[in-house]
Amino acid sequence: MLYRENGQFKSSYRADQQIFPILQDRIAILALLAFAFVAMPFASEYWLRAIVTPFLILSLAALGLNILVGYCGQISLGTGAFMAVGAYAAYNFHVRIDGMPLIASLLLGGLCATAVGVLFGIPSLRIKGLYLAVATLAAQFFTDWAFLRIPFFTNNSTSGSVSVAGLQVFGLPIETPAQKYLLCLTLVVVFALLAKNLTRSAIGREWMAMRDMDVAAAVIGIRPVYAKLTAFAVSSFIVGVAGALWGFIHLGAWEPAAFSIDRSFQLLFMVIIGGLGSIMGSFFGAAFIVLLPIFLNQMPGWFGLSISTALASHLEFMIFGALIVFFLIVEPHGLARLWSTFKEKLRLWPFPH
Amino acid sequence: MKLKSLALAVAAAAALAGTAGSAFAQASEQFFPLLVYRTGPYAPNGTPWANGAQDYLKLVNATGGINGVKIAFEECETGYATDKGVECYERLKSRGASSFDPQATGITFALTDKVPHDKIPLITLGYGLAASQDGGVFKWNFPLMGSYWTAADILIQHIAKKEGGADKLKGKKITLVYHDSPFGKEPIPLLQERAKLNGFELSLIPVTAPGVEQKSAWLQVRQQRPDYVLLWGWGVMNSTALKEAVATGYPREKMFGVWWAGAEPDTRDVGANAKGYSALALNTSGTQPKVIQDILKQVHDKGQGSGPKDEVGSVLYTRGAIISMLRVEAVRRAQERFGKGKVMTGEQVRWGFENLALDQKRLDALGFSGVLRPISTSCQDHMGSTWARVHTWDGSKWGGMSDWYQADESIIKPMAKAAADKYAAEKKLTRREAADCQS
Repeated sequence: MLYRENGQFKSSYRADQQIFPILQDRIAILALLAFAFVAMPFASEYWLRAIVTPFLILSLAALGLNILVGYCGQISLGTGAFMAVGAYAAYNFHVRIDGMPLIASLLLGGLCATAVGVLFGIPSLRIKGLYLAVATLAAQFFTDWAFLRIPFFTNNSTSGSVSVAGLQVFGLPIETPAQKYLLCLTLVVVFALLAKNLTRSAIGREWMAMRDMDVAAAVIGIRPVYAKLTAFAVSSFIVGVAGALWGFIHLGAWEPAAFSIDRSFQLLFMVIIGGLGSIMGSFFGAAFIVLLPIFLNQMPGWFGLSISTALASHLEFMIFGALIVFFLIVEPHGLARLWSTFKEKLRLWPFPH
Repeated sequence: MKLKSLALAVAAAAALAGTAGSAFAQASEQFFPLLVYRTGPYAPNGTPWANGAQDYLKLVNATGGINGVKIAFEECETGYATDKGVECYERLKSRGASSFDPQATGITFALTDKVPHDKIPLITLGYGLAASQDGGVFKWNFPLMGSYWTAADILIQHIAKKEGGADKLKGKKITLVYHDSPFGKEPIPLLQERAKLNGFELSLIPVTAPGVEQKSAWLQVRQQRPDYVLLWGWGVMNSTALKEAVATGYPREKMFGVWWAGAEPDTRDVGANAKGYSALALNTSGTQPKVIQDILKQVHDKGQGSGPKDEVGSVLYTRGAIISMLRVEAVRRAQERFGKGKVMTGEQVRWGFENLALDQKRLDALGFSGVLRPISTSCQDHMGSTWARVHTWDGSKWGGMSDWYQADESIIKPMAKAAADKYAAEKKLTRREAADCQS
C-alpha cells in the first residue's frame, strides 16, 4: 500500500538509472543514514565499540570481497591476508613517517593491499574455481609467515604485536567511541557508494560478464587480464582499508592472528550468506555473522537463565550453525535475495494476486 | 511475517528488561568481570583457571565480602581470541568493572591502549607485556608476580645451577620451542641478552598456534641436539610437545617449561612418559593450603563449586584463586584509603594495586602460606615480586619444588626501562611525575 511506485514517472535516463529508483527507497535510505550519522553516535559505548564499529568494518571487508567473488566470480580465501597487508602497511606508514595523516595511512595501506592482491590475482588468469581458492590460500599463509617472521614489518617489535595511538583526522582526535564510529561510518558510506557505482559502470559489467561465462566474455571483446586483475585490485583495496581500520580503530593493538585463515572464511561466509553480487548483501552478511553470535551469547542472560559460560558458548555455536544451514536452504541466494523478495511482496500487499 | 515480528518484539523487550535488571544489581556490590575461555584449544587450561578464580570470589562472599561489600561477578567467553576479548571487555566494562584480568597475552595488548581512557587497571599475573612492570609508563598495567622476562631468567638460573654454575653454560646449546604469538615471543629478548652474557647458543623454533602440529619443530630439535629445551606453550601445545619429545626420544629431564606449561592438563595425557619434565611454578598445587580447604568447605561442600571437585587445588586452579585474591586485596587496600565498606571505582582500585603490601603475616591470614611469596608493589614497580620456583612432574603429579629463585634485576630492570621508554616514545607518552604517584 505504502510501498509502490505508481505515479513515479521517469522522464530521463538519469532518473531511470538511479541507485534507488523508487522514492520510498530513497527516503528510507536517507532516514537510515540520518539515523546512523545523527542518532547512533549517542548510543552506549558498548554498542558503539563492541557491536556497531566491528560490524561496519567487517561489512566493508565483505563488500570488498563481494566485488571479487560476487561480481567477478573469482573465489578468494586470501581476504584475511589482504586485510593484514592493509593493516601492517598502514601501520608502517603511520609510525615511520612523522606526521602522516591517518586517512593517508589508511589509503596507502589499501594501495599496498592492492599491489599484493593483484600479485596473487595473477594465477586467476590460468586457474579457476576451487583451484583458484587454493591458490589464494597461499596469500594467507605467506602473509601469516611474513608478518610473524620479518621484523621490519612490525617495526622490530619484540613480541610481534604492533599498536597505534594518538589518531587524528584533520586535527580532530579519534579517541572516543563515537568519533571512531563516525570515521568508520563515513569511510563505509563512501566506499559503498563507490563500489555500487563501479559495479554499475562498464567495468562492473565486464566483471559480471567474466563471472557468467569467461569464454563468451572474451569473445565479445572483454580482456580477461584486465577484468580479472581490476577486480582483484578494487577488491583488495577495499579489503586492505578495512583491515587497516580493524587494526587501527577496532583493536588498537594486533598480531597476525587477528587476520588468520578464520577471518578469511568468516568473510567468505558473510558474502555467501549475505548474497553474492549484492552490495546490500555484504551488510546483511556481516550483520548475520558478527551480530548474531553476540546476541545468541547474551540471550540466556536476558531471559534470566543462568547457564554456564561453556554451555552458552556451545549453544551459540550450535544455533548459529543451524541458522546458517537454515538460511542456505530457504534462500541459497542469500539474505539480499530474501530482502528483494520481501520488497516484491510488499509492492503487492495487501492484494497479492 | 506476523510471527517473526512478534518474536522480534519479544526479544527486544527482553533485551530492555535484561539491561535494566543488571543496572540495578551494581549499586552496592563490587563487580568483578571474569574473562574466561572454557571452549576452544586452550579450554583444558582455561577451565581450571577460571574455576579457581570464581570459587575464590564465592569464598569471599561466603565469608562476608570485602569489609561487608559483596562481590558480583560475571563471566564472558573469549575463546582466547582478541576480537572476542575486546567485545567481552566492552560488555563487562559497562557493568561497572574495577579491574580486568584478560587471561591472554593478545587480549592484554589490545586492552593496554584502552584501559587508560576507561580508567580500569589491567591485571596480568605472570603474563602480558614484560615492559609493563615499569609503572612509570604503564600506569594501568600490573604484571603481578612475574613476566616472561623474569620467567626466562629464572629458567636459565635453574639450568645454570644444575650445570654447577653460570660459567658452565658457556658453549651449551639451548633451544626455545615457542608458541608463535606475542606470548611465545616475549621471552626472546631476554634469552638473547642472557645468551650474550653467559655464552650459550640460543636457537628459536616457533610452533604455529594452537600447536597441534609440531612434527617439523621436533625434527629440528632432533637435528640440533640441544642440551636443553625451553618450552613456551599454552593449552594443547604443551601436551603435544611432550608427546613429540617422547616420539623423538628427547629426554624430558632436559625440558623446562614456563609456568603456563607446568600444570596437570599439560602432562596428564602423557602420564608416566612425561616423568622428569620440569616447569616453573608461580604457586604450589594440592589441597593442603588453608585457602583451598576453605574453598572445599565453604563453596564446594555447599554445592556451589564452579567445576569438578577433584580439580580443586590443581596448579592452574590455585593460580586462578591467587589472581582473585590479589584483585580482592587490591579492593581491600583501596578501601583502607577511600572508605571501608564502600564500592571502589577503577581509579581507586588502581591505587590499591599500586600499594599492595601482602606480607607473610597477611598471606598466612588469608590461608596462602607457602603458596606464594609476599608481594609489595610501588609506583615504579608494578610487579611486586619476581620470585618463582621450579617443579617437576613425577609421572602422576607435580611436586619436588626447588628453592626459590629471584630474577636477576640487574638484567631485567634496564631492559624493562628501555622497552617502556620505547613504548612511551611510540605512543608519545611522558613518564609519570612523582606527584602522580600519590593519586
